[in-house]
Amino acid sequence: MIFVTVGYQMSFDRMIEAVDAWAADHPDADVFAQIGPTDHRPGHLPFTEFMDPAEFVQRVRESTVLVAHAGMGSILTALQYGKPIVVMPRRGDLQETRNDHQLATARKLADRPGIEVAMDETELARALDRLQNLEAAPTLPSTASPELIAHLKDFIAG
Amino acid sequence: MSRPTRILAVASGGGHWVQLLRLRPAFEGTHVTYVTVRRSYSTDIPGEDLRVVPDATRWNKFKLLVMATRILWLVATIRPDVIISTGAAPGYFAIRFGGWFGARTCWVDSIANAEELSLSGRKIRSHATRVLSQWPDVAAAEGVEHAGSVL
Repeated sequence: MIFVTVGYQMSFDRMIEAVDAWAADHPDADVFAQIGPTDHRPGHLPFTEFMDPAEFVQRVRESTVLVAHAGMGSILTALQYGKPIVVMPRRGDLQETRNDHQLATARKLADRPGIEVAMDETELARALDRLQNLEAAPTLPSTASPELIAHLKDFIAG
Repeated sequence: MSRPTRILAVASGGGHWVQLLRLRPAFEGTHVTYVTVRRSYSTDIPGEDLRVVPDATRWNKFKLLVMATRILWLVATIRPDVIISTGAAPGYFAIRFGGWFGARTCWVDSIANAEELSLSGRKIRSHATRVLSQWPDVAAAEGVEHAGSVL
């Protein structure tokens, strides 16, 4: 299953419309999307507006690949469950989020294995065509880097 | 034996919460109260103490006020020794109010802020005991510390 998610806070119609258009051309593809609060309903794939965290994790587990906004919740969850992820950054100038921090996230993480960046709808369609070539990164441990944990332990100890 | 260190671990939803969860090994041996914006996150931390505050962004002033009031109450009643937050608005308030009660406070700026410190990070930097950026170049440019990342 291709699991598409826009995160829990805001819709991301530009990405969902691009996936929907691709799904129309690929009726056999198994796609499920979480689209957030929006009136723009996809016509070619099953979807839900919201899901609770337990269902989210279940969907991630069942998926072969994630397609998501460039939010760290989606990215970290994909890496933790060893799933490859295609991310498309939200743009500040289109009011898709408050600023362009997702563009920065996407640029910085693009080189990491398991993460494919699609800067716009065209690149997303191209990435969807090549999903079978995507390889997951080695599963990320569920904790932060040892350096950060040690630093915080010191801080807590005073 | 002295009582275990009391920690308030604070994050809003989505990536902020996922990042806070990744810091949990640092809280070993302490008494942690988690503060976030969705009750359903309790499935991530079974058996742990979770308090929920209304979700709000800086676009909704009324909900922010309700959030702030609730966090003030939590800080005043729990009286944590240490407050740690990965952002955003709830962490800002917790650290501001924690300072009034003498808590030591640490802001871990979200890894999503890869090119500059977050807006809440900028606002809290003069109030927090410690501010960390997860990106070495951002830390250097902003004059805050870097000590690893959630990745």
